[in-house]
Amino acid sequence: MNRGMLKFAAAALAVGWMGLAMAAPDVGQAQKQALNVHAIVMFFIFVLATLGITYWAAQRTKTASDYYAAGGGITGTQNGLAIAGDYMSAATLLGLTSMTYFQGFDGYIYCICFYVGWPFIMFIMAERLRNLGKFTFADITSYRLDQRQVRTVAAIGSLTVVVFYLIAQMVGAGQLIKLLFGMEYWMAVVIVGVLMVIYVTFGGMIATTWVQIIKACLLLGGGTLVMLLAFSQFGFNFETLATKAVENSKKGMALMAPGAFLSDPVTAVSLSLGLMFGTAGLPHILMRFFTVPNAKEARKSVFIATLCVGFFFTVVALMGLSAITIVGTNPQYFEGGEIGGKLIGGGNMPAMHLAHAVGGNLMLGFLSAVAFATILAVVSGLALAGASAISHDLYANVIRQGQATEAEEVRVSKSSSLALGVVAVLLGIAFEKQNVAFMVGLAFGVAASCNFPVLILSMYWKGLTTRGAIWGSIAGLVSAVLIVVLSKAVWVTVLGNKAAIFPYEQPAIFSMPIAFFFAWLGSVTDSSVRASKEKEAFEDQYVRAQTGFGAAGAASH
Amino acid sequence: MSSEVYERIRKNPKFDELVSKRSRFAWTLTFVVLGIYFAFIMIVAFNPTALAAPIWDGGKATIAWPIGVSMILLFWLMTGLYVRRANSEFDDINAEIVKGAIE
Repeated sequence: MNRGMLKFAAAALAVGWMGLAMAAPDVGQAQKQALNVHAIVMFFIFVLATLGITYWAAQRTKTASDYYAAGGGITGTQNGLAIAGDYMSAATLLGLTSMTYFQGFDGYIYCICFYVGWPFIMFIMAERLRNLGKFTFADITSYRLDQRQVRTVAAIGSLTVVVFYLIAQMVGAGQLIKLLFGMEYWMAVVIVGVLMVIYVTFGGMIATTWVQIIKACLLLGGGTLVMLLAFSQFGFNFETLATKAVENSKKGMALMAPGAFLSDPVTAVSLSLGLMFGTAGLPHILMRFFTVPNAKEARKSVFIATLCVGFFFTVVALMGLSAITIVGTNPQYFEGGEIGGKLIGGGNMPAMHLAHAVGGNLMLGFLSAVAFATILAVVSGLALAGASAISHDLYANVIRQGQATEAEEVRVSKSSSLALGVVAVLLGIAFEKQNVAFMVGLAFGVAASCNFPVLILSMYWKGLTTRGAIWGSIAGLVSAVLIVVLSKAVWVTVLGNKAAIFPYEQPAIFSMPIAFFFAWLGSVTDSSVRASKEKEAFEDQYVRAQTGFGAAGAASH
Repeated sequence: MSSEVYERIRKNPKFDELVSKRSRFAWTLTFVVLGIYFAFIMIVAFNPTALAAPIWDGGKATIAWPIGVSMILLFWLMTGLYVRRANSEFDDINAEIVKGAIE
């Protein structure tokens, strides 16, 4: 174990496991392992298959609608799998298994917090998103408001989320691949960046969707297989599994009940809010709603996605519990063979060691390849969302004010994804030795505070005006970023100051009300002519949101 | 052109009926989910030992796990309930309203 890893482990312990939770995509400073041939061969097959799909998708990508929204031709079930694919990162597999391994039931509570945003999206947002949107969520917020101003702030919000999320994924990818494949860090980051740009530039949303679907099936299948093999060692009896886990864990009975989690109610509620509403404000997730032909299919996609996410979280929790006995009592998985010491490869490794324990090198290679594929799919979804914000919102509607042709717009989108790829690789390499845990928290915080409040108000509140939308977005963005920067995660851990200025790391409970308040204040004090026209226009928007009449792409499929 | 259609839809009493029915259903489900979820979070924060009771007498497995699994399952079934009603009953009324407004 190198010093970096030790420092990471110590920091994670100090921050408490919630810090670790948000750190999930950041697998820490990993040490390089021996070259893993099985994993590389299987990953190579995945890459070939997805490149084939990209080639096929490129033939079918002719219009802007094909590029951004797969022509609205994705079915509800396909889209549901793709949404689940966008949502379940390598962090879910590794981080949440590890959390259950170390913390028991607290890990499962975290899964539930991550999950509960989905029913909410179903009941409150899915059909309106589909009925109002076209390519990006800014289509909805700017529907009856000033195109240039509202799209500009929406694009800033989207890009902030995308860039922070991308960096976290890139650094995670580099560490993970170094660990699992025995490859150099920079090589791993470059491979991820290059493949991501290829998928997005040539295959657009069609390729990105299929990469996402394949990855979701692999992840669900691989996880379930490992879980079943592990659970079979306990005769598929949960009582036996629990008894063994309690016997073999240092935590004993504490594994079986809520512990450290939510001991601080402010952080607990803030985290729940951030995860729940952040999910509903992630640009790459929102974009997926525009790939289906109508609201019916949009609802079906959320139904399927909710099933996959809920099922997978339960699989992961069972993997973590099984690993306590299967991995935790086997000296070959510990540094120096010392049971209960440091796990080889670091704290995020229980899932991988479990795969090796129940299925040998072949299973380890398979699960490693799945983890790599997972990262690749998630970054592709992010890159497409970022490129769309640049081309569809900033270029076509702000700079060219709707005068750009479809071909020009798609061309800009392709160059943007290339640019984003370069930025992601450079920042990924620059942040190699940094603790990027706060970046995922920041991405969710900004999504929940900058994107979500204005999006939901634009759909539900007649009184929202352009000024309100701008004030709300900016207030949410600034407060979320400020809180994270002044909290321990950045102010102390990254910037090296002694004490945090702001006591809480989770911004949502503060920044969301701030955003809503300013959106409200900016709107009600706005007595301009434009504002009253915007309020009038709500009536038509409302009918379209409810009935889907006039919705984009509805007629052609 | 579409503005006139929107106007006609808005004036159709069936539109109000659809909207109020669907909204009532969606918000009821939302509040049930939020209610159960935050009740659970409050138990976790303030009375965690309530979840530490064993499932079987003298066993180690606690009721916390089946409660967690049931929550995930219940929320998923509720999304299914919504899809079932929205994709048949509500969408039928919807199609009828839109058809009536275009003709």
